[in-house]
Amino acid sequence: MKTRLKKIIEPGTHLMMGNEACAFGAILAGCRYFAFYPITPANEIAEQMSTLLPKVGGIYIQMEDEISSIASVIGSSWAGKKAMVATSGPGFTLMQENIGYAVMTETPCVIVDVQRCGPSTGTPPLPMQGDVYQARRGSHGEYEIISLAPSSAQDMFQLTIEAFNLAEAYRTPVVVLSDALVGHTTESVEIPDLGTVDIVERKKPTKPPEETRPFLDEDVAPMPILGSGYSVHVTASTHDETGLRNVESPNSVDNLVRKLCMKIRKHRNEIVKVETRYLDDAEVVLIAYGSVARSALYVVKRAREEGLKVGYVRLIMLWPFPDDQILDVARKVKKIMVLENNMGQIVNEVRRVADGIVEVKFLSPRILGTIHEPSYVMEKLKEFYE
Amino acid sequence: MSAKYQHPLMAYIRRAGLRQPHCAGCGNGIIAQCMLRAIDELGFNIGNMVFVSGIGCSSWIPSPFFNADTLHTTHGRALGFATGVKLSNPELHVVVFTGDGDGAAIGGNHLIHASRRNIEILTILVNNRIYGMTGGQVAPTTPHGMKTITTPYGNIEYPFDLCRLVEASGASYVARSTTFHLKQLVSYMKKGLQKKGFAFIEVVSNCPVQYGRYAGVRDPVESLMRLKDLSIPRSQAKSMSKAQLEGHIVIGEFVDMDVLGLTKAYKELLTEVDA
Repeated sequence: MKTRLKKIIEPGTHLMMGNEACAFGAILAGCRYFAFYPITPANEIAEQMSTLLPKVGGIYIQMEDEISSIASVIGSSWAGKKAMVATSGPGFTLMQENIGYAVMTETPCVIVDVQRCGPSTGTPPLPMQGDVYQARRGSHGEYEIISLAPSSAQDMFQLTIEAFNLAEAYRTPVVVLSDALVGHTTESVEIPDLGTVDIVERKKPTKPPEETRPFLDEDVAPMPILGSGYSVHVTASTHDETGLRNVESPNSVDNLVRKLCMKIRKHRNEIVKVETRYLDDAEVVLIAYGSVARSALYVVKRAREEGLKVGYVRLIMLWPFPDDQILDVARKVKKIMVLENNMGQIVNEVRRVADGIVEVKFLSPRILGTIHEPSYVMEKLKEFYE
Repeated sequence: MSAKYQHPLMAYIRRAGLRQPHCAGCGNGIIAQCMLRAIDELGFNIGNMVFVSGIGCSSWIPSPFFNADTLHTTHGRALGFATGVKLSNPELHVVVFTGDGDGAAIGGNHLIHASRRNIEILTILVNNRIYGMTGGQVAPTTPHGMKTITTPYGNIEYPFDLCRLVEASGASYVARSTTFHLKQLVSYMKKGLQKKGFAFIEVVSNCPVQYGRYAGVRDPVESLMRLKDLSIPRSQAKSMSKAQLEGHIVIGEFVDMDVLGLTKAYKELLTEVDA
């Protein structure tokens, strides 16, 4: 398998579109099943996957819609494959019920949402960060999710690998929340030597079936794959640690919801990823993620050249939200400015954490669906900085 | 339970799943037994089988009752899940249990496409002609004119002929039986389990509790006898007019052909790419 991989993934620097980098990252992470339904601006991921997967013995299938795409990915994961699906806003909405199924049944899988302008059909080729809360709470019921936000083609490669590793480690769906700008930008991507990339595999049962409890462990239960002799009972009805349905008592609901949520919450500080720069003496900090973080960093560097004490925080992971890390930042600085390509989503999380500690201002781009122009951000930053 | 009186199919049954959710007189128990008999007669290892079901009464047939890997999924999407399972491990025998609401209404599109792809999955669609679990609402299979809890003035729509739909979509095996015609059902199931393409069996089932209360047949035995009376073998139906067939159930095999199943075709593709 390693030699097959070497045939298609060559270490070194490549010029690559973000969506293509996502496909290479997935293959390197061990993805061997990809289901898709055509949608702009995610199509290049499928174009690459349909070419690459058969070369490594993997499965590519175009399903009849996004609902069956995610369904088949969950089925594939239970059959032992690392599996991924890619889409954009409308397809992501259609997937929500089965994303809840994956959460409920603790099924590792990766969902890439290359966000476009909504609501509804919107403007397909333009980027927006409108799906932040959909990624968090798009499916019904109480649950936790992991979601990463790539800023570059390099991130599309790296964070897709990371997404698979987290999905396998925590037996959970992981959302890669990209956008049209990141997905469609062609830039250089550094592919490391294949042997140097950490790849996580899921925990498999070591005990015989009668002693195995394949569900609901805050430290992640082992996952018996289909056909391995465990007669595993997988259901999205409320169930106990053995997987058997129990819808008769509120206690079983309580047990299930708490354990599913604690599986993520308990490990929050091992999971979260935040990049910080220029924080030591910062008085004002810009917080951003995804494509917007690139404008933010550019502005911070220019502001520093002008002697302004401005810091930079990039949320590499949006969910679980890095409460402790943002609290630390809020305690250090005088003001926070949150930049998003929407009308204000993650800013609400920042305000929740920074409540009563520091002033939080929100800045959307001058024109939604476009980048935050550095001159515009600089102007607003200076007004805020005073 | 003493070994002396153990049910002959007990080896295929999950002890923890013995408590049945079905109403008294439901046809689902009959279908479950027919499936297990088919598996037993073929000598299949149930440990190498995966049963995928959606949401609705029929989806409880294998889950958690069968002592095998069981994937109880979301409403209408069992075939999507099953497609991922089968493609990822073609060695597994994959059987989908679905109902007329699950498989023909909310999941109708997946049924069409699984048939078109001829993926090697056996689908048992239990057609009780009503939404039973939710209280007796009209289904896409409910006879024209029939009153249900949501068609109090009679159903103005017409029911689906699911076998014709699946046949037109390309499935390699299509048959219809009822919960009265057990021998035929077991033999169709055995054929379906061995098919190298998509196999579809519609089982018209008796539902004395929900369908029965509107059809005026609330006695389980009577409801089975009604299925017997309404059924017409395909050979006989050929010479009957549409008007003569109105309200009847045509039973038998509609399609039985050899095809290159999807996982085999994919395997060939992989060999070509590798070469």
